[in-house]
Amino acid sequence: MTLDTLNLVAILGMAAVTYLTRIAGLALAGRLDLSPRAQAAFDAIPPAVLVAVIAPSALATGWPETGAALLAALAATRLPLLAVVAVGVLAVVGLRMV
Amino acid sequence: MSVLDDARLGFSDIWPAAVAAVPIGLLFGALAAAKGLSPLEVFVMGALVFAGGAQFAAVELWASPAPVFAIIFSTLLINARHVLMSASIAPKLGRFSPAQKLMGLYYMADENWALAEKRARVRQLTPAYWFGMIVPFVSCWLMTTTMGATVGAAMGDPRNLGADFAFTALFIALVASFWKGRVTFWTVAAAGIASALTYKLVGPPWHVAAGALSGLLAAWLAAGTEPAVLAEGVKS
Repeated sequence: MTLDTLNLVAILGMAAVTYLTRIAGLALAGRLDLSPRAQAAFDAIPPAVLVAVIAPSALATGWPETGAALLAALAATRLPLLAVVAVGVLAVVGLRMV
Repeated sequence: MSVLDDARLGFSDIWPAAVAAVPIGLLFGALAAAKGLSPLEVFVMGALVFAGGAQFAAVELWASPAPVFAIIFSTLLINARHVLMSASIAPKLGRFSPAQKLMGLYYMADENWALAEKRARVRQLTPAYWFGMIVPFVSCWLMTTTMGATVGAAMGDPRNLGADFAFTALFIALVASFWKGRVTFWTVAAAGIASALTYKLVGPPWHVAAGALSGLLAAWLAAGTEPAVLAEGVKS
């Protein structure tokens, strides 16, 4: 059971910014009127961040990872979350053996 | 309705979401352990942050020493949607004391927020209902992630099982759940290309900021080319 100081700093920072986003609404309520364009950009935040985080692993590691990412994306159009994870993991293990 | 009835109702509304989060929690713990986080650190992160998507992204970025700035920046970006969610739920918390609001919103997540919004359409939200959802939901996340970290640490090199790729696959599935058509396509394409290029040319952790901002810009540009009639429809 260890608690690294730098890890704790990172966790506390994560907690602080997250709490800030959760209570910001108390101050903003009723005053937020986004244009459709700004709303679209706001809605795009989660997918943009998720893709930005995984792009090096999916696109800049090797062809087995890129292939498995494509298969996972295909699976994501019809399968639930955990099934997509299973497809991706099995695909990368298989393709790395080739 | 009594306080106890309300709390029980909150519990019966949240439990399917809590059950669905069990394997996700175990997976999160195992991946965090593979990155060198201890079960205690996983527990503390869950208790203080409690944001699945942001926690997965943070652990993917984790290294030794921890890239503190990149982790906090990615967390802020992913959780920015909470601003809109809390702005929408805040006027519906009339029966909450200021302290109950500040405590209750600490654990506002996608699932309990959505259920509370649904409930607020037919009845006024009570603190009992809100905390009846949050207490079991948070407890479940803490138990499963800590358990995953304890078991995961014993599994050895995650590369052998392809577990290092589980994040990538999970995130691809999550992106699909946020899919809204053409605008999302341009967002994903711009974010992916900008992030991969930045990673190769500049190196981590700048790929997160470069990719995310390119994705937002692409969404803003793509939404501007939406037919005018549609844009008006959204506004009204």
